[in-house]
Amino acid sequence: MSEFLFQALLTLDGTVRVATPLILCAMAGMFSERSGVIDISLEGKLLVGAFVAATIAYFTGSPWLAVFCAIGASVLVALIHGFACITHRGNQVVSGLAINILAAGVTVVVAIALFRQGGQTPILDRGDRFGPMEFWFVETLDPIPMLGAVYREFISGHNPITYLALLVVPASAYLLYRTRFGLRLRAVGEVPAAVDTAGVSVAWLRYRAVLLAGVLCGIAGAYLSIGQGAGFVPEMSAGKGYIALAAVIFGKWRPVPAFLACLMFGFLEALSARLQGIDLPLIGEAPTHLMLALPYIMTVLLLAGFIGRASPPAAIGVPYTK
Amino acid sequence: MVDHHTHPASSGSGHPPAIELREISKTFGTVRANKAISMAIGKGAIHGIVGENGAGKSTLMNILYGLHRADSGDILIDGQITPIHSSADAIRAGIGMVHQHFMLVPNFTVLENVMLGSEGSPMLKPGVGETRALLKTLGEEFDMHVDPDALIEDLPVGLQQRVEIIKAVKGGARILILDEPTGVLTPGEAESLFKILRRMKQDGVTVILITHKLSEIMAITDTVTVIRGGEVVGHRKTADTNPEELAELMVGRKVLLRVDRGAARPGAVLLEADGLECHAADGRPLLHDIDFQIRAGEILGIAGVAGNGQTELLEVLSGLRPVDKGRLVVMNRTVTRQSRTDPEQMRQAHVGHIPEDRHRHGLVLAFEARENAVLGFHKSSVTGEGALIDQQAMTAHCLDLMREFDVRPPNPNLSGRNFSGGNQQKLVIAREIDKRPRVLIVGQPTRGVDIGAIEFIHKQLIRLRDEGCAILLVSVELEEILGLSDRIMVMNAGRQVGIVPCEEADEQTLGLMMAGIRGSDAA
Ligand SMILES: Nc1ncnc2c1ncn2[C@@H]1O[C@H](COP(=O)(O)OP(=O)(O)OP(=O)(O)O)[C@@H](O)[C@H]1O
Ligand SMILES: [Mg+2]
Repeated sequence: MSEFLFQALLTLDGTVRVATPLILCAMAGMFSERSGVIDISLEGKLLVGAFVAATIAYFTGSPWLAVFCAIGASVLVALIHGFACITHRGNQVVSGLAINILAAGVTVVVAIALFRQGGQTPILDRGDRFGPMEFWFVETLDPIPMLGAVYREFISGHNPITYLALLVVPASAYLLYRTRFGLRLRAVGEVPAAVDTAGVSVAWLRYRAVLLAGVLCGIAGAYLSIGQGAGFVPEMSAGKGYIALAAVIFGKWRPVPAFLACLMFGFLEALSARLQGIDLPLIGEAPTHLMLALPYIMTVLLLAGFIGRASPPAAIGVPYTK
Repeated sequence: MVDHHTHPASSGSGHPPAIELREISKTFGTVRANKAISMAIGKGAIHGIVGENGAGKSTLMNILYGLHRADSGDILIDGQITPIHSSADAIRAGIGMVHQHFMLVPNFTVLENVMLGSEGSPMLKPGVGETRALLKTLGEEFDMHVDPDALIEDLPVGLQQRVEIIKAVKGGARILILDEPTGVLTPGEAESLFKILRRMKQDGVTVILITHKLSEIMAITDTVTVIRGGEVVGHRKTADTNPEELAELMVGRKVLLRVDRGAARPGAVLLEADGLECHAADGRPLLHDIDFQIRAGEILGIAGVAGNGQTELLEVLSGLRPVDKGRLVVMNRTVTRQSRTDPEQMRQAHVGHIPEDRHRHGLVLAFEARENAVLGFHKSSVTGEGALIDQQAMTAHCLDLMREFDVRPPNPNLSGRNFSGGNQQKLVIAREIDKRPRVLIVGQPTRGVDIGAIEFIHKQLIRLRDEGCAILLVSVELEEILGLSDRIMVMNAGRQVGIVPCEEADEQTLGLMMAGIRGSDAA
């Protein structure tokens, strides 16, 4: 099999790996924003989730308990956002930004206090975190040309959270379009008064959406520190929350298009990682910094130009008063 | 004048009234919106509530529907004290409400809107089937058919309102509240609404109807309550009263239901349309071959069923929409496809515009009244000299307008949103008329406005006419058109059916022309 195909496979493999937290955060953002609450604080929740997961995994050695606690911590942050935006009708962008700044600071401060490693957690052992899931038959299928490699690199061998993220997308679409909760959620982001006059509590509905976002961000955070990585590093969310938000907008607040946008951003990042240091025809050696910046540049360009008229939920950012 | 006739529902047979309100009071900040309001409504009656803008009608109904909480007072349903603290409580108590502003999700289908809040199971699927069936039975029973799969935003307001009614009665509501349901309806749509209400009444549904149109009160209600300044000023049996008495109760003085006006003394032509056309983005014609002239000191009324090009005509004349063919001559400025204009230039040319939709084009609801009072004129001297806005001058200007045009409450710092509909409209009219325009473009000036304010607005328009302004008046109210216009142009499907002098027009000929049937002599 050609080297090129193999490289392509590895890039695709990387795409899924990089896209996992984006997908989870994008679904989180979609739920929150569909309910009418702007969620800049994806980033902060992601970071808090990552930190708590790494810390708990380090002390207990149980990745499952770590995910559980990451979810709890992220939900707590989501509650703060909800309390500020829903109960007290505060400015949603300000609340989100405040949470992000707070998260960036608090995680590092607590990490230094606990571990004295400049804000990092100690490197986690293999058993303390989620490893790749080897599927059955990898050995059996391996000799088969093409299929074997595809199965080994692309289908099998990912992190359990990656598979979870891939399940979350159809589940989100189902929840949004096929259930009572989804119908009300879509309505409350458009005309909250219509929901209120139908005898349904606007605040409780929005809280549920925001809490759901907390759960998903917590899982995404755990993926960063105990799935993809082996410990917490300051600022390890590195703008992923914002990129996920861009994916939500790019996908026009719909689950499947937002998912595809995440894959695209993931692909760009995986590609840039793969092309680093490689001699390209015509250009010569790929410029490292440019390659690293590529996903971000594309985000700006795509959001500015290609998306067309995005029609956000009509009531987004507007606190509900009777 | 405050009197309390024994109420028909409380006397009579042994049945307790379907609804009884006892001493309901509600204060917003310093505004006492409801002061110890009591009323009783018999089962199966259609009960009207009338009152000026800001009298507290919507507040009272929102309390009954659980959207606001009364400061004090009790609600009794079928003789039982029933605490209603949320819409869910109201729905449980068998109350349905059609709100003054529609509570529909525009990008949802009819079906989804109807389902919302009563989906049945956590999964939508079973509910969809049930709702479809419900829509069908309600459609047959009350003759209210709507396509379940149509998007709300694609429906005309009449049908949207039908969806609101279906929503209100879907759970078997025994009490139906309608807050100004006819404000946005054409006369035909209003008539079919009344047919539905009469049928519901036969079914034993109790209806509360709020409207500013006294003719509707006389036509359909059994009993009526008049509210002024948050207080009940009278209960009447409809059969024992008349519009004049109700109007006087509402406003507290005699009201002219039709404003006196002298003959027009037309001067030079100030506004002229010549073969005016415009198209939608997809090339569909919106206006076709429109020709008219308006002279200084005359009012041209535009009659027609809503949605026959009047909106587009207003947009073209105010500079919001480009001319695609033909030309428009405003005083000595010519507007064509090549030489365009915009609202700012039209303003500078002394063309005033009272837009049809005051929320979208007339006001910024989040702005304070004083800011709204200078919109479009913020570069003129009303905001003081120089580049900065003189806050004091702006406030003083707004106060002047509020006094002259009787805007209530006269508080320049209140945000636009917190004025009642009629007072928002008075603010827009004040802003435009105050600048003494040479040409005034007016769309639906009295939509949702109480009769006292209608009288006032009509007087202002006539005064402006007599001062030599050329006025184009679009209204779906034939009475208004007939009462104010010197000549009447009728529109149908984006074309003009004809122009008739007011003396030769009556509701019948106009009605025929509105249907597109050209009178034999119509020019
Ligand atoms: N949420 C609110 N906050 C402050 N003031 C309010 C609020 N709602 C209503 N008001 C005030 O209470 C008074 C009664 O308003 P309401 O809407 O009940 O009048 P209405 O009789 O329905 O008038 P309209 O005929 O214009 O609909 C008005 O002075 C209004 O400005
Ligand atoms: Mg009202």
